[in-house]
This record gives sequence, C-alpha cells and structure tokens, in this order.
Amino acid sequence: MKYFKYLVLVMFAAVMIYATGGLSTPGDPSSPASGHVSEYYIEHAVEDTDTPNVVTALLADYRGFDTLGETLVIFTATLACVLILARSTGHD
Amino acid sequence: MIERYESIIVDITCRIMVPFIQVFALYVIFHGHYSPGGGFQGGVLLASSMILHRLSLGHEASYAKLPPRRAALFGTSGMFLFILTALTPLVFGGLFLDYSYLPLPGLNPVELRHYGILIVEIWIGLAVFGCLVVIFDRLTERKW
Repeated sequence: MKYFKYLVLVMFAAVMIYATGGLSTPGDPSSPASGHVSEYYIEHAVEDTDTPNVVTALLADYRGFDTLGETLVIFTATLACVLILARSTGHD
Repeated sequence: MIERYESIIVDITCRIMVPFIQVFALYVIFHGHYSPGGGFQGGVLLASSMILHRLSLGHEASYAKLPPRRAALFGTSGMFLFILTALTPLVFGGLFLDYSYLPLPGLNPVELRHYGILIVEIWIGLAVFGCLVVIFDRLTERKW
C-alpha cells in the first residue's frame, strides 16, 4: 500500500506518454485543428458574437470551457498557497 | 508585515499612480472586445495596483483600503459567478457556456453572446484580482 501512489504515478505517466503519440505535429496544415475548425472561427466570429477581436471571441465564447479551467487553475493555486503558507497564530 | 516606506517621493508617486493603473485595468477589461486584453490581463493590473499600494503605503493604510478578507471574497465570488454564468444557460434550454441562452431581456442571440463575453470577462477579472491579492497577502503577512 505504501508504493501504491508510485504505481498510480507511473500508470498516469504511461497514459500521458501513450497519448502524446496521438498528437499532431505543431503547425501541421493537415491536422484537424488547422482544418475546418479554425477557418470556421475566423470566418464566423464577428457575425456570431458581434466581437471584432477574434481572440476574445475565441477565448471567452467558443472556448469558454478552457477559460473556465484557466480561472479554476488560478483559484486552485490560490487555495494551495493559502493552505500551504498557513501559519499558526499563536506565535510569530 | 510590510512597513510603510518612509519617503515622500515614493509616497506621492504611488498615490498618484494607483488610480491611473486601476482605470487602465478597467479599460483593459471592458475594451477586450476591440483591443488586446480581457479579464486575466485587467485582473492582474488591478491586483498589481493593490500590491503597489500595499508595498508603498504599508499594511495599515492598505488594509483599510482593501482588507485581505474582502480580497478573498472578491476572488471566490468571481469564480462562483463565472460558474453560475456558465450554468445559467443549462436552465434555459441551452448548452453549458452558451451565452445566447442567457436570460437578458430585449437582446437577440448575437447581442447576448456579445454581452455574455463581457459579463464573463468581468467575473474573470474579479477572480484574478482577488486571487493574486490573496496570494500576496499570504506571502507577506503574519496572520489574518
């Protein structure tokens, strides 16, 4: 049971390394992300969201779930800071 | 604990700069539709103005302006309201984070998405502002 956490970590690393094989090469023009998806965003962002800044429309609207996760990351980091740096109030 | 920095130049410069940084932060948040910027950047600017205030004027004057507990309240309420805004369209028949189903009267779906982005950016700015000030307070103070 003591080494269970290491087993979990090794299995998680194995899954992550296995998953990297499925990633497309960065900048590959034939990858799914560079295909119809980004073209749709660039062509329809203004008429869909009435927002001239495509980056804002992407981050806050189309990929709002990603932004929610980013905010949650900052929030979790704050919680970790508060909990780790908590000092006892009895002495300085 | 941060003590007040005993210098009239630092004191006056920071007193003048803090409101301008805060106004620029609000500009960055509310002008995110038309220029680079948004909730994260504006929130960091707001937090940096408060940190400058704390560093230059000391904790006593700065905590009177923004108590650490209120900063924590800002951070948590920003996060909570963001999730609430994300969940609201589910109640009114839309998908998660689909702002066109937000219950704001008198707006068509495109305008709703426009204002939905603005609302979400405000909550992000509030959350980032509160969280960064809380981290700074935790690193510098002895007890709440």
